[in-house]
Amino acid sequence: MNELDLHKVGVRGINSQLHSLPKNTNEKHWVIHNPKGQHSIAVGLDAPLQIDIRGHVGFYCGGMNKDAELTIYGHAGVGTAENMMSGVIWVKGNSSESAGATGNGGLLVIDGDASSRCGISMKGIDIVVGGSVGHMSAFMAQRGNLVVCGDAGDALGDSIYEARLYVRGKVASLGADCIEKEMRPEHLADLERLLKAANRKEKPSEFRRYGSARKLYNFSVDHADAY
Amino acid sequence: MCGIVGLYLKNPKLKSKLGKMFKPMLIEMTNRGPDSTGVAVYRNPVKKAQTKFSLAHDNANYDWKKIDVGLEKALKCDCTITKIDSHCILVTTAKEAAVIAWLKAHHPGVRVVGTGHTIEIFKETGLPVEVYERFSLDEAQGTHIIGHTRMATESAVTTAGSHPFATGADLCLVHNGSLSNHNRLRESLRKEGMDFQTENDTEVAAAYMTSKLRGGATLKEALEDGLRDLDGFYTFLVGTADGFAVVRDPIACKHAVMAETDDWVAMATEYRAIAHLPGADTAKIWEPEPTIVYTWGGHA
Repeated sequence: MNELDLHKVGVRGINSQLHSLPKNTNEKHWVIHNPKGQHSIAVGLDAPLQIDIRGHVGFYCGGMNKDAELTIYGHAGVGTAENMMSGVIWVKGNSSESAGATGNGGLLVIDGDASSRCGISMKGIDIVVGGSVGHMSAFMAQRGNLVVCGDAGDALGDSIYEARLYVRGKVASLGADCIEKEMRPEHLADLERLLKAANRKEKPSEFRRYGSARKLYNFSVDHADAY
Repeated sequence: MCGIVGLYLKNPKLKSKLGKMFKPMLIEMTNRGPDSTGVAVYRNPVKKAQTKFSLAHDNANYDWKKIDVGLEKALKCDCTITKIDSHCILVTTAKEAAVIAWLKAHHPGVRVVGTGHTIEIFKETGLPVEVYERFSLDEAQGTHIIGHTRMATESAVTTAGSHPFATGADLCLVHNGSLSNHNRLRESLRKEGMDFQTENDTEVAAAYMTSKLRGGATLKEALEDGLRDLDGFYTFLVGTADGFAVVRDPIACKHAVMAETDDWVAMATEYRAIAHLPGADTAKIWEPEPTIVYTWGGHA
């Protein structure tokens, strides 16, 4: 195990150290101390590292992550795991807005609440939130799964494309073109896999599924005059 | 941009350290607002029959003595004056409206930046560290304090355009964001008799709150009405006589984070400002939800 103190080396010191590691490095396990809410910690990683961040982080933590497994032992600021490609980012506390924004792949787990715009424009990432999400979550979501064990705020899935949304609690309101959909066996299987990966005890049968009515983004000849 | 920060002490043993605890929080927000800085500190409450004014003048060498002497003579009242850099704290037994009218008539260069029983407001152009030291805020003792670091977007970089803006006795407002309907709202508030010193959007929000409160609304009602009447993006932090309140617009794209321990409650634009507080590592931390008025210290 290797240790890095952000107070001593700064964000650049930490990121350049992690970026310098070859993909097949044997120094896989890193612990970051004193994050103190600083931004852009552990962004742009592209090696299968295991990183523990001991404390609360600022904006964009783990952005663009590829292959690495990050655990944040604290609160995560705005845009955590934004544009993640693969790997795992696990937030042990709550998260601020826009968690997992534009994420392409990998798994983002937030044990607490996730605030507004969670999974905005998601493109293939899987997100599991143990608590609730705020308004405009999964706005323009294109692909991937958003699992919410608590409640969802207003305008869930507004202008959604093909992502799948699973909510166990109440949905304050659905956004434009987002509708409740039938839960088929393949969805229950998918949900079971995601809940297991996130160490959740909830049962897939307790959730409802939401997705796109596909009326907003498909060409309709009746609307030809509007184009 | 802009940075806003608030600290409310739950543990009275920390009161003597208020200014010292708050300093690194405000300085951490320097790169969100390097143009001007303002602080409202709640300390040294005056007697019930007295009013405390925070006054400012563009001339740092302004002779405040003539205000003291002039007011005592004109309004037959007791006054004490404490000069703090370009500001002064005036404590008087005269009626608030009479003092304001007298200042306007005889010393139009003097700006009233705050009034009440405990509030003191200091604001100037310049970096947070410079402004904080100019007003010796390190030594501030009290229950709560709020601050603002401004990156000017809607109006000029001037002391008058700096936050906090007073909104009535012991009340003040700091704002992160921008309002889009402030011109029209300013005109209608002028018709109600409200006075404006600047073209600043936050001053309009402050005048709006003042008008609502004068009309008998509670702080919570005034803030909730504001959600309907103020168009734009905002996170507001309102200092009150015994605490503070936080509210965000329905879209809530202007950042805000709250933290609480057994000893204190803090609010900031970014968590890194709060990270300086003792016990922040194990604090309860969350993002305030839009349109919900959060209050600490009993008021509202």
